[in-house]
Amino acid sequence: MAIELPDNVVVSKLDELASWCRKNSLWPMPFATACCGIELMATGASRHDLARFGAEVFRFSPRQCDLMIVAGRVVMKMLPVLQRIWQQMHEPKWCISMGACASTGGVFDTYAVVQGIDRFIPVDMYVPGCPPRPEQLIQAIMDLQDKIQREGTIMGDEFSTQARQQPKRALVELPIIGRPSAACVRGTYEGLR
Amino acid sequence: MKADDPRIHWIAEPKLGLAGSMYLPLVVGGLVTTAKHLLSPKVTVSYPDQEPEIANRSIYRGVHRLNRDGQGRVKCVACFLCATACPAHCIDIVGAESPWPDREKYPESFTIDELRCIYCGMCEEACPVDAIELTSLYNLTGRSREEMVFDKEKLLSVYDATHKQEPMRSAAHKGAP
Repeated sequence: MAIELPDNVVVSKLDELASWCRKNSLWPMPFATACCGIELMATGASRHDLARFGAEVFRFSPRQCDLMIVAGRVVMKMLPVLQRIWQQMHEPKWCISMGACASTGGVFDTYAVVQGIDRFIPVDMYVPGCPPRPEQLIQAIMDLQDKIQREGTIMGDEFSTQARQQPKRALVELPIIGRPSAACVRGTYEGLR
Repeated sequence: MKADDPRIHWIAEPKLGLAGSMYLPLVVGGLVTTAKHLLSPKVTVSYPDQEPEIANRSIYRGVHRLNRDGQGRVKCVACFLCATACPAHCIDIVGAESPWPDREKYPESFTIDELRCIYCGMCEEACPVDAIELTSLYNLTGRSREEMVFDKEKLLSVYDATHKQEPMRSAAHKGAP
């Protein structure tokens, strides 16, 4: 490591300064594939004005971005593109999963649609809604700024993709939100009749 | 067609004056547009300081809540109609025999995956006892998928937090379970 600093208060101040700079200049990479992208555009427009949070510079080149906003459903064919764009972004980088489809697949519970992009790239903030309000996205960006300020260090190692993928997101351990079993539903119908 | 064809109508470039060749009229025109926008009313809603206007809070479809009846018990009777109506299949109910005499079943567990939900409101339309309702809480975000799966206690706590501002829509028949 090039920077050698004594373990005193200066280190935390530098960390805070770096985090402060990072959180106030989040440059989003709009990965907008569906209707959530319209709300994403509305968030960047003058009524909601992302420039108030320093995040108004939407860059379509991943080399210049550090916040990926995945808005809309991602199909399996699109996934290599998503992953390549994510890998091309410079670290430290963050990801907001916007809307039901990007976060969990939403109503599209099919083999072709990715059931949540966090199976493939690390996600920092989840925004529910179909599509979410612009205020919700602003709230997510504010929460992300809070996270960066709290957890960031000057090297940004804790946000690196590798560090975050070490504890593998074990989606199999999630509570399975299944549909009610067929027998249950049938029984209810008969009971109502 | 050749270049000297009589049907071709040749157009000459318009002659620019001194002001035109310095782009002065265009620059001034642009500045006039900027000045107009400076004086026009502001449209930005500065969200964290200024709440957005929601026209009718009672029909807004935000975060769900599970209503309580007059005695503080959960109103739901575990009929699975909401889970059946849900197009995203985000509601998971485990019914059990009710400990109370006025109904047969109650939900032992009631979880909604807020991330998978599309907030269409079909669940509250389907509910025969008006137990599940959508509130006007619009700015929900989460840091993990686990915390966005709301269980029964959390949904009831949403009711406790919002029932003052948004009374139950079925306040007319309060006695019903």
